[in-house]
Amino acid sequence: MRAPDVGERTDVTVEHPDRAPLSRDELARVVAGDIPPGSYVNLGIGRPTHVADHLTPDSGIVLHTENGMLGMGPVAQGEDVDPDLVNAGKVPVTELPGASYFHHADSFAMMRGGHLDVCVLGAFQVSQRGDLANWHTGVEDAIPAVGGAMDLAVGAKRVFVMMTLFAKDGSSKLVESLTYPVTGLACVSRVYTEYGIVDVGPDGVTVRATYGISVDGLRDRLPVTIRRLED
Amino acid sequence: MEVLDADAAVADVQDGATVLVGGFGTAGMPFSLIDALVLQGAGDLTVVSNNAGNGETGLAALLATGRVRKMICSYPRQPDSHVFDALYRTGRIELEVVPQGNLAERMRAAGAGIGAFFTPTAYGTVLAEGKETRSIGGRDYVLEYPLGGDVALISARRADTAGNLVFHKTARNFGPVMATAATTTVAEVDEVVEADEIDPEAVVTPGIFVDRVVAVGAEQRIAAREGAVA
Repeated sequence: MRAPDVGERTDVTVEHPDRAPLSRDELARVVAGDIPPGSYVNLGIGRPTHVADHLTPDSGIVLHTENGMLGMGPVAQGEDVDPDLVNAGKVPVTELPGASYFHHADSFAMMRGGHLDVCVLGAFQVSQRGDLANWHTGVEDAIPAVGGAMDLAVGAKRVFVMMTLFAKDGSSKLVESLTYPVTGLACVSRVYTEYGIVDVGPDGVTVRATYGISVDGLRDRLPVTIRRLED
Repeated sequence: MEVLDADAAVADVQDGATVLVGGFGTAGMPFSLIDALVLQGAGDLTVVSNNAGNGETGLAALLATGRVRKMICSYPRQPDSHVFDALYRTGRIELEVVPQGNLAERMRAAGAGIGAFFTPTAYGTVLAEGKETRSIGGRDYVLEYPLGGDVALISARRADTAGNLVFHKTARNFGPVMATAATTTVAEVDEVVEADEIDPEAVVTPGIFVDRVVAVGAEQRIAAREGAVA
């Protein structure tokens, strides 16, 4: 099967209604293909972490982990495990040639200061204007824990979200306005889901590609106004 | 700069002190200094650290004594944060959640003599409620104030007799920032070397920010992390 939409640059929305929705692995591959060579990138915990599996060494992409490292390599195995070398999820990792370490104030200056090119995050909800909810479900008795989520949301030049399009109860996670607690306002530029890739922002939702559904099918199921690239 | 043992290095921590504790999870956590603080007995503490303890050792052991009144951190909830979780759910500890970058920058500001700063992080969120905001150049910012401590407890790999520190990989995390932000900074290290044995170009934290050094030794550091010593 042809790699779905990887690296494709198009001015026209591409519909793939007759294939299956993207698998988790295919979605990670699509995101990886959209990251420009040479970018400095932060991959969030969970689904976004798998994007790293599809980055090739010749891309020159450098991974940042907010606990203080550039040039992060794959997860450490066996005797390479060092409790002092972990990623933001506290999983032992490795270092690549050219790696560097730095303290937290420098690490977050890299984000806030606009030095990171791309950040890929998971989300509970994204609004049509790019507001992000990914730190708190709003459940009353949950212990609040934000980590670097709010810093990441406002920091990178481009913020990509990877998520399933629908919650377990079937509701759309792409919404007109957030009902979950806000992580950042107007910060997300693109959303990658198994059913499609959409841009969000001041112009609302623009569909770039669909998988296992048509643009009209998305219009039927989502509570937001949807435009095509060619509109 | 003084070279002391762990007990002497924390002997003057007062009741009601604000203690900055290095570490991201267990990476860079000053286990031996925390163990000494547990024995020392100071109470009514405010602890500033990225997380709120893992398992039963280190910061979790300090929390378990019930002598921490308030925790200021970015990410308390973890799979192994049961000590904190139980205290929080029974109303026995206060919690201030601060975005990770704000936590670092507030301490940086405290150490750098900055009165306050505007940051875009958390604008429009519940964590900015009640805080002053300002639009600067078309972007919205939240006013944040410095966060300093009476004492900082950090972990580094090596010190020289001038107090200069080098760290180890991602165990560096908050250490260099906290070292600048406390009245008294205590660093536990694997070893203290002569003043000419750390390349001045490689110094991460200059000795001016370090008041006390405790030579723990690598074996002891690892044993304390595993909870093998009191």
